[in-house]
Amino acid sequence: MRFFTLFGLPISFNIDLDQLHAQYRELQKAVHPDHHASGSDSQKLLSVQKASEINDAFQTLKNPLTRAEYMVSEHGFDVRHEQQTIRDGMFLMQQMELREELEEIEQASDVETALDDFYDDVKQLITEYTDAFQQHFNQSEYEEAAMAVRKLRFIYKLKEEAQHLEDKLLDF
Amino acid sequence: MAYSDKVIDHYENPRNVGSFDKNDPSIATGMVGAPACGDVMKLQLKIDEAGIIEDAKFKTYGCGSAIASSSLVTEWVKGKSIEEAQKLSNTEIAEELALPPVKIHCSILAEDAIKAAIADYNSKK
Repeated sequence: MRFFTLFGLPISFNIDLDQLHAQYRELQKAVHPDHHASGSDSQKLLSVQKASEINDAFQTLKNPLTRAEYMVSEHGFDVRHEQQTIRDGMFLMQQMELREELEEIEQASDVETALDDFYDDVKQLITEYTDAFQQHFNQSEYEEAAMAVRKLRFIYKLKEEAQHLEDKLLDF
Repeated sequence: MAYSDKVIDHYENPRNVGSFDKNDPSIATGMVGAPACGDVMKLQLKIDEAGIIEDAKFKTYGCGSAIASSSLVTEWVKGKSIEEAQKLSNTEIAEELALPPVKIHCSILAEDAIKAAIADYNSKK
């Protein structure tokens, strides 16, 4: 869990985002290549590498989905790069239906309310699967934790699509 | 990233989009999802008593490559036996559509959708 220790954070999904931001700025300042302008080429290279690692770690931890993906990847489940599919029929059927529902929102008589209700449902799913992830993770059930993270990817994608629709509808 | 002409053709004119009644005993439904990107695919096969795929329909929420992969397999499986359809591999799909390496998972999704549908058919028997 190198990314957490880099920022002096305890290894937990619930991180202090203010602390993350503050630590990030401190670290970036410390390794900024300008500080090493007079250093040797290898020192400069090292500082560039370090800066890129800090940036990587920050971007990963800042976002709840990539943070959860990182946490399970450290336990051998590289869900972000795996090629295999999931076949959980109940879950996928629900995802399919929610996507169909989103498609129909454009034709709703009150688009704004329909979109708000939709966001509420998506948020509830995010909470549900984030809780499941944390529970399994804290009990060292990494296989189950990874499955919750895989499902979160679908739910966050849905949220993204709702945001695209919202942008489109507000932008006429 | 540039899509191949075949991907664009399937994306702009997807073949066999839609649904069959999943409770119909001659209909096999395969639902699969790709956790790497959050794409969801439903493939349905209408299978006659001799085990020949008469018709196929799909519904995919995903990128152009995922839509093209599923559109293509609905064309390919029609008229095939279940055994033949079972053998369709993702590499054939990826080659036909000239998918770049980062989109190979879309062809895997389509292959797995066929396999999931056939599994559903076998469980219904």
